[in-house]
Amino acid sequence: MEKHLFLAGHTACYGCGEALGARLVVDAAGPNIITTDATGCLEVFSSRWPQSAWAVPFVHSLFENSAAVASGVEAALKALGRQVEAKVIAQGGDGGTADIGLQCLSGMFERGHDILYVCYDNEAYMNTGVQRSGLTPYGSNTCTSPSGKVSWGNRYLKKDMPAIAAAHGVPYIATASVAYPKDVQAKVKKALSITGPKYIQVHVPCPLGWKSDPALTIKVAKLAVETGLYPIYEMENGVVTKVRKIPRPAKPVTEYLKLQGRFAHLFKKGGGEGEVKKIQQIADENIKKYGLLSEAAAKVAVEAEKE
Amino acid sequence: MARTFTEGSKAVAETVKLCRPNVIAAYPITPQTHISEELAQMVANGELKAEYVTVESEFAAASVVLGASATGARTYTATSSQGLLLMTEVLFNISGMRLPVVMTCANRAISAPINIWNDQQDSISVRDAGWVQLYAEDIQEASDLHLQAFRIAEHPEVLLPVMVCMDGFILTHAYEPVYLIEQKEADAFLPPYQPQYYLTPKNPITFGAMMGPESYMEARCQLDRALCGSARTVEEVAKEFKKRFGRFQGTLVDTYCIEGAEIVLVAMGSVISTIKEAIDLLRKEGVKVGLLKVRCFRPFPREAINKALVGVKEVLVMDRAFSPGSGGVLATEIRAALQDVKKAPEVKGHIAGLGGREISVETIINIVKDRKSVGREDRFVDLKEALLS
Repeated sequence: MEKHLFLAGHTACYGCGEALGARLVVDAAGPNIITTDATGCLEVFSSRWPQSAWAVPFVHSLFENSAAVASGVEAALKALGRQVEAKVIAQGGDGGTADIGLQCLSGMFERGHDILYVCYDNEAYMNTGVQRSGLTPYGSNTCTSPSGKVSWGNRYLKKDMPAIAAAHGVPYIATASVAYPKDVQAKVKKALSITGPKYIQVHVPCPLGWKSDPALTIKVAKLAVETGLYPIYEMENGVVTKVRKIPRPAKPVTEYLKLQGRFAHLFKKGGGEGEVKKIQQIADENIKKYGLLSEAAAKVAVEAEKE
Repeated sequence: MARTFTEGSKAVAETVKLCRPNVIAAYPITPQTHISEELAQMVANGELKAEYVTVESEFAAASVVLGASATGARTYTATSSQGLLLMTEVLFNISGMRLPVVMTCANRAISAPINIWNDQQDSISVRDAGWVQLYAEDIQEASDLHLQAFRIAEHPEVLLPVMVCMDGFILTHAYEPVYLIEQKEADAFLPPYQPQYYLTPKNPITFGAMMGPESYMEARCQLDRALCGSARTVEEVAKEFKKRFGRFQGTLVDTYCIEGAEIVLVAMGSVISTIKEAIDLLRKEGVKVGLLKVRCFRPFPREAINKALVGVKEVLVMDRAFSPGSGGVLATEIRAALQDVKKAPEVKGHIAGLGGREISVETIINIVKDRKSVGREDRFVDLKEALLS
């Protein structure tokens, strides 16, 4: 059996994208790291005493301070002359990163700590039972943005975290998806080779919250990318340097939406077409903004399949 | 040992420097700011080799020292008032993870109404956070307590955070002649921190694990036992400090003119010096009055308090903070402690000096003289009736 640094036996749900994401990240980083984590699913399913899924040093403190705790870890390593001993990786979910933890993250970025911050983005507060966060996509049905007679679900657009990181002058920023494990790992390795703050946002489906088939986690994640709804790119020193191209023509968003119960209301009630159209517009804008469409559609599509 | 005329904040910063903290994180708030500014300058001058993290809030300051302490560093932070409240969530986390962080709380009132002046509502409001809380009487004690605080916090049987409380402005901004310790002496008293458990790839461990109903209570009970047990260390360290430096301002408690006293005033912090003056005057008049200074509020020194109050007829507690809807916090706890004592003295509570209101020698003399005319309810001292209508 392959040896992992995020061990089996944790209590994540079937098909959990976050558990997969965390394993990919720490495996890519290797044993010489110290990790922090925000309160949330990851901490709950991986660290219930007396067990721990972490074969690397791990500290969970609170919901909103993963970045600040990591800042302290990094400062201590520096002060004690132990920098060669470990790289620091801070982790959090989308709520712990983009909402309640944003201030601590901003501080970590601005002070230039040598830390890789990884946001596992499953697009809602899953640990507390699926409530909307700043990274919940438009139209998604959550417990605090429910669809109803006069509601089509979440009314707000996804917060652009990479742009917020870029505004802080973060030298390396990337988005990734568990649909492309090698890409996640290559980005983690690249990030760790750069000194200073780094930000990687990994799209991690949550079958429970998205009401999708746990067996289809990878398929769903891949469709988010192939429709243009979750653009995968790298930003270095404020400029987009690399984009994961998607097959031409891009898949319609309905292919992605229909696999998930969180968007089911858009297809059940009359009038949902307008909302689906808006979501298609979001995808189209991403495609344009990041130049996602491949020139040689077929070739890229084949390569993507291989992964 | 040199005696210099210096500001309270500067004396504290000088002592913190002697303790060789590895990581300092603090956020500006009056009246704590002078301490963190002094330390920043020391780091800038290269006199203090430490990582000084300029955080974006007190919440982050506490989180940074948490992370640094878990990594095996000696850490320090300082705050006041709203800053301490903003840290609250982290304070519980630091003690729960048994991290020996040391903090100065420059005591200040809590908003609203916003008020930057002194009382002790801030530290008293976080009394349940699981920290050792020590209260300084004067600048000398505030300064000395920091050297003692690291020893207490890092004791292998304690491993708990320590909060040194010093009254804002009254101690932080005042100047007094202070004996400052030499680095060599400090090093002999406080050896380098050697953490038992810390974050390192050499021995990967998990900090901050989740505990369910099957184990959470035991972890909390262990915290309580460690905090109660730290009383012994607080005492030992104060005694050793006396042996080495010749200065002693009490262990868990201290007393003044308590021999044969029928009336005893109980208080914490800088008001102690004022009470001592009042006692000298009252004693001249033949009033049998003494003082019990509570130096260590957490762990609460129940036994030491009971022992000191044996045979006393009346106890007058001075509180610089209160629990709205209940009364003076120290008074409440003194009453609870005295439940163990046969023929326990009557306890009357006095809430005074809130938001920087002066407590003068006269205030204290009046409290003693008027004691028969006040009821059992804790009362606010020197209220301006005109402002209440």
